[in-house]
Parts: sequence; structure tokens; C-alpha cells
Amino acid sequence: MKRLLLSFILLMFSASSAPAETRKTSDLHDLYFGEALYHAYQGEWFDAVSRLDTELSLHYGVDEPGRDTLHYHVNQAEFDVGDFELFYRMHQKAGHAIKEVIEGNVPEPVKNEAIFRLARIYFQKGQSKDAQEAVDRIKGVVPEKIKDDLAFLKAEILMANGRYADSARMFTDMKDTRGLSGFSTYNLGIAFMREGKETDGLRSLDRAGQIKGLDDVELAIRDKSNLVLGEKLLTEKKYAAAKDALDRVRLTGPFSNRALLGSGWADASLGNYQSALVPWTILSERSATNASVEEAMLAVPYAYIKLGVYSKAAVLYSQALASFGKETQKLSASITSIQEGKFLAALLREELKQDPDWVVKLRELPEAPETYYLLDLLASQNFQESLKNYLDLEELRVKLSTWTGSLDALHDLTKKRRDYYEPLLPEIDREFRRLDTLMRLRLAQRDSIEKRLHSMLTSPRPEQLETADESLTMLRLSRLEKRLTSAPDASGVTLSRIKLLRGVIAWNMYEEYDQRLTEAFKHLKDLNSEIDRMKTEYASFIRTRQAVTQSYEGYDDVIRILSEKTHTAAKKVEELKTRQGKILETMAINELTRRRKLLEQYEVDARFAMADSYDRARKAQDNKKAGE
Amino acid sequence: MFNRLTGIVVAVAVLFIFSAAYAEDITKEELKGQDEQVQDIKSDVLEVSADLEKLEEKLLYPSGTEVSLFVSLAENETFRLDAVEIQMDGNPVARHVYSFKELEAMKKGGVQRIYTGNIKIGDHDLLVSVIGKTGGGSDLKNSQHFKVSKDVAPRIVELTLTDQGITEKTR
Repeated sequence: MKRLLLSFILLMFSASSAPAETRKTSDLHDLYFGEALYHAYQGEWFDAVSRLDTELSLHYGVDEPGRDTLHYHVNQAEFDVGDFELFYRMHQKAGHAIKEVIEGNVPEPVKNEAIFRLARIYFQKGQSKDAQEAVDRIKGVVPEKIKDDLAFLKAEILMANGRYADSARMFTDMKDTRGLSGFSTYNLGIAFMREGKETDGLRSLDRAGQIKGLDDVELAIRDKSNLVLGEKLLTEKKYAAAKDALDRVRLTGPFSNRALLGSGWADASLGNYQSALVPWTILSERSATNASVEEAMLAVPYAYIKLGVYSKAAVLYSQALASFGKETQKLSASITSIQEGKFLAALLREELKQDPDWVVKLRELPEAPETYYLLDLLASQNFQESLKNYLDLEELRVKLSTWTGSLDALHDLTKKRRDYYEPLLPEIDREFRRLDTLMRLRLAQRDSIEKRLHSMLTSPRPEQLETADESLTMLRLSRLEKRLTSAPDASGVTLSRIKLLRGVIAWNMYEEYDQRLTEAFKHLKDLNSEIDRMKTEYASFIRTRQAVTQSYEGYDDVIRILSEKTHTAAKKVEELKTRQGKILETMAINELTRRRKLLEQYEVDARFAMADSYDRARKAQDNKKAGE
Repeated sequence: MFNRLTGIVVAVAVLFIFSAAYAEDITKEELKGQDEQVQDIKSDVLEVSADLEKLEEKLLYPSGTEVSLFVSLAENETFRLDAVEIQMDGNPVARHVYSFKELEAMKKGGVQRIYTGNIKIGDHDLLVSVIGKTGGGSDLKNSQHFKVSKDVAPRIVELTLTDQGITEKTR
């Protein structure tokens, strides 16, 4: 299992997507920006981009963006949204991501790291020219942690663009770089060979094949170098040298099957069939799902024929034939399983998404096709990119389906609010208008009182501050006076007493004027507090009243447009997902068909060779009998 | 026979050196075209997502009543956060059990929005309970009450967690 995984890792060799840089919590002014980072750090790129897009549009929509908390991070946020889009593999989004990343107003190392990621995406997607343009834009300080990876990527891009000499020069500079030494020496060999410098290429591969290292990846690249070198030497008929290189490949490594096969052919080519049987026999006893093992199942009896052991060869051909038949059936079943959609269903299973060893787990799932045949395909860049797209499309499908439900619910919500509030509002508005008029009247009265009191500070008018009792007494005295004056027997004494009483009241009013004025201002102050409370309640009512209308008015069009957009997007996603699924299925079926055709050819060869072996065995037996 | 098998070895070697060519029926242009269309639809869906988010906020959480609670970890915090529970005015409003990925995201400076809801203008009691393990491996349980004052503007509350306690900052 480890061997399979390592093979997978090696075939995919490229720096994995690194999450965004750590930021200090204390530097964070906008928590919604922090929320976008929370998603980004988990690799939830859709949510991270969506959150940041929303925040940026809200920020630019406010009256004073300078007072918005995102203001502190706006340059970083603009850069991040582009960077997150790159992580979400949206490098072509109308130049948005590219523009933000390349022209972003962020420190040089941060920008350069993002351009490095952009270039790598281009390279991984086979857009070598765009990748070259991107790396050419890297200027100034490059973060230490990506320096080596950047140099390696630059050399790879040069090679992909056919600039082998430049590429070889860069790989030469890197051949002592810690951690990359094996990869750069191997790639240097490939660059030399593509440049036409076969001898230099073979020398580099030979060096890469003898690099000392202990970790699994170093050992694997060493094996790969030896395998490529050995196979190349085989084609050049340098069999002894080829065998030396192939025998350096570990028996437990991801390339051991092909190395054993090649080693056997090197021996066989030198006429050493007895020696060839050693690696071939080891190989033929391994799992028959591997192409090299299948070939070894034919190679072993072939060697026995060369050694004159025909009967053994015939038996082995017969065993190979049976095995091929079984494998062909398995392949056919796998093709059928893919055609029935089981492969795609297996790729979408949740448990696989959580598991980094999903390639291995995939073949353990019930009804999934036999993915052992597909390991190389699964690790290929095209398949990986297609698979990521397929999974992203599935994620979008689920989101859009949920949103369709949400939009329906929001539509219902606004309808229910309208149905509930609209019958109530006319009565509420009528009552409000009545209270509003009353309130305005009271406010006018208060204003008038205040004005009068202020004027009394400069021109005292004690009569205006008489108490209710005084006012009542004065009224009663006036009535009494009127009655006495009209009576024929009116007493002058009584009238004098009335006058005296009036004088007492007036005296009190003048005497207590200052105290009464102070009291009046105190009452005005109390009244003002009540007025303030009333105004607060008034404002609260106005706000609530507005909120009621705003809770359902003006959303119908927005919801309708969004529903249409969601529906259109869902349809498009479904189409693209179906097409992407077909691409994945076609890739897998093509690979399985290729393997089946090879096996069918092997079956024909084995059948012919078996008959031939029986003939030879019979002839040998006849000759032996004749000799006796 | 030998020639054919040798031929296969050579073919495999050549394929290996100059990268495997899978899926002959699917051209590079087809793959590129599909990839571009996938990018376009991602862009469209992101636009819908942002619009929907704004609509939901307006409809479900009007600013007069909106309250959002955010959880962050203090810098260089080493304790392992397992779960957070929040009650507002005695009613449970949020409970979250943290995965490894979420915890790592918070350690890097990410902030989790744990709750968005509606409350009346005025003072509200917030009870925050944290469960986890200290750097030394012992159990950590911490509960603290806070007062959240709501006015007409949306209220944003940041809860910063440490192994010593919880800090509340209202924005």
C-alpha cells in the first residue's frame, strides 16, 4: 500500500497548495475579514472568496468607507480575494485574480509568493507560456521558503517551453540544493536528452540514480532515475549498463516491477536466460493487475523455451492464459461499472474526501471499478485537474440546490410578513396620526411656556405665576364684588374686605415671585425629560414602522432575479458536471480498454506460444524416444 | 515474440520519459475549454452567493436587531479548544465542537462567526462556556457572564479565548 501511495505522490510531484499566511489576531480590525481568513485557512476557498467579495462590496457601498473597519485591511483584502481565487483555481476569472495579485498593494514577498502560485497553476494546467509570463513578473524580494521551489518551477517551465539549454543551466545550479538534489539532477538529465545531449543526459540520470538519501521521496526519485536510465540504455542495446542501472532500483519501491522486467530483458538480450528467470520469476508472482507482471508471465515461459524446457513453458503459458482471462473479465466488469456511473458515484463519496489515502480506499468500496489498473491515470495531472473540477462542480450543485430552497423560503417570508402587517397598518397609521397631532400640540404648548418663562426673567409678571387656589379665590372675589355692587344695600365694609383680600393675594404673588419662577423652571425641566422620553418613543415607533415596511417591500424583484440567476447557474453546473464526469469516465474507460487490448493481445500470444511449446515438447519427447 | 515484448518495453519507456498520454479521445483543447467554463461558472455562483448573503442579512437580520458573535483565540495560545457554548438571556443560541482544521485556522488568526441573530435594544446577558484541555493536558472548563448592550446599530461581539479566561469586546 505504501508503495502505491508513494508512486502516487511521486507522479504528482509538485508543491502542494499552501494555505494563506498566519495573521495576528490583535492586528485585526474587521471581524468579517477575520471570518474570510478562517475559511481560507481551512481550504474552504469558495466561502473565503464569497465572504471577502461581500465585505468588499459592502465597504465600497458605505457613505464613508474611511470609517468602515475594513478600511484598515482594504489593500490586503483586495489582494487576498485574488489570491484565494487562485487557490480556488480561478486563474482566468476575467483577469480579476491576476490583476489583484500582480498589481496588489501588498509587500513584495507576499506578492511574489502569490505570483509563484499563479505560475504553478498555469504550469500544472499545461499553460506553459502563461506560466513563463507570470514568473517573469516576479521581481525583488522572494520569501526564503519558496526560493528553491521557485527556481525549480522556473526550470520546469523553461523545459516545457522548449528552452532546454536554459532549463539545463538552472537545474545544474540546483543540483546541490538540499531536498531538491534528486529531482533537479533527474530533470537535468531529461533536459539534456531533450536538448539532444544524450551523453550528458545519461550521465545526469546515472548521478541521480546514485544520490544518497534516506527518505521515501528521495529513494523514489533515485529509483525513477535508475529506471529511466536503464530503459533508455536498453533501447540503445547497452544491456550490461542497463542491467546495472535497473538492478539499483529497490525491490520494494514503486518502480520495482518495471525494473525487474527490464533487468530480465537485459539478461535475455545478452543470452543469459537463466539469469533472466530470476527477476522475471519474482515479478510473475506479484499481483496480476500490473502490466509488467502480466508481461513477466509471458517472459518466464519464453526464457524456459530458450533454455529448452518446453513442457514447463507450456504449463506456465497455460497458467498465464488463465490469469489473463480472469483479468480481462475484471477489466470488462470495471468498464461496465464505470459506464453504469459507479466510478463517479464512488469519487463523490464523503468518506473519500476526508481521507488523504482515497486512491487506495476507492478500490475497497463495494461496486467501485478496479482502480488498481487506474493508478497511473489517477495520478496524472489531467485526471487530477478534471477530478478537482468535478468535485468543485458537485460542491456548487449542492450550494445552488440549498439556495433555491432558501430563496423560496425568503419569498414566503416576505409574503407572510405582508399578509400579516398590511391589514394592521391602516389602523396603526390612523392612531399614529392622531397621537402625532396631539404631540405636536403639546410640544407647541411647551415651547410657549418656555418662551414666557424666559421673558419673565427680564420683565417680571407675578400674576402669571399665581397658583390655582389664588386664581380661584380671585375669581370668587370678583363674583362677590359684582354681586355686592349691583345690590342696593351694598356695604362699604364688605367691599373693603374684598379689596384687602385681593391685596393679600397680590402681596403673596409679588413676595414669592422669585421662588415661584424658580419652581416654574424646575417644572419645565421635568417636562423636558418627559418630552425627551416621548421623542425617543416616537423615534422608536418611526423606526419600527419603517422596519415593518422594509421587512417585505422591495424584495420581490431582488428575489426573482436571484432565483433566476440561481436556476440558470444550477442548470449550467449540471451540464458542466455531466460533461466533466464524462471526461473522467472516458479517461478511465480508455485506460482500461488500452489495458484490456494489451491483455487480449497477450492472450493470443500466450495461446500461440503454448501450442508451440506443446509441439516442441512433443517433438523433444519424440526425438528422445527415437534416440532411445 | 521477443521483438514484440522488447518493443513494448521500449514503448513504455518512451511513454514514461515523455509523459503518459492518457485519454486519446479527449484533446487538450477540450480539457482547457471545459476548465475555462468551470472557472466562469464559479465566478457566476460566487456573485449569486454574495448577493444572497446581503439579501439574507437585510431580510433576516435588520441592523436594528442584529447581533453577531465571533470567537477568536488569543495570540500564541497553546490550549486545545474542544467546544464553545453560548447562552443569551438564559437561552442557548450556539454550540460548536471544533475540528482539528477549525482549530488550526483559529490559531493562524482566523475568526469564527459562531452566531448571528436578533435581539431587542437594551442590555442582554451573555453566558459563554469553553471546554478544552490546557497545554499541560488537564481539563479546562470556563464559564463567564458578559453584558451586551444593544442599540440601533448592528452589534458585533468578539469573544477572545485564552486558557485563563474569556475577553469580550463589543464593536
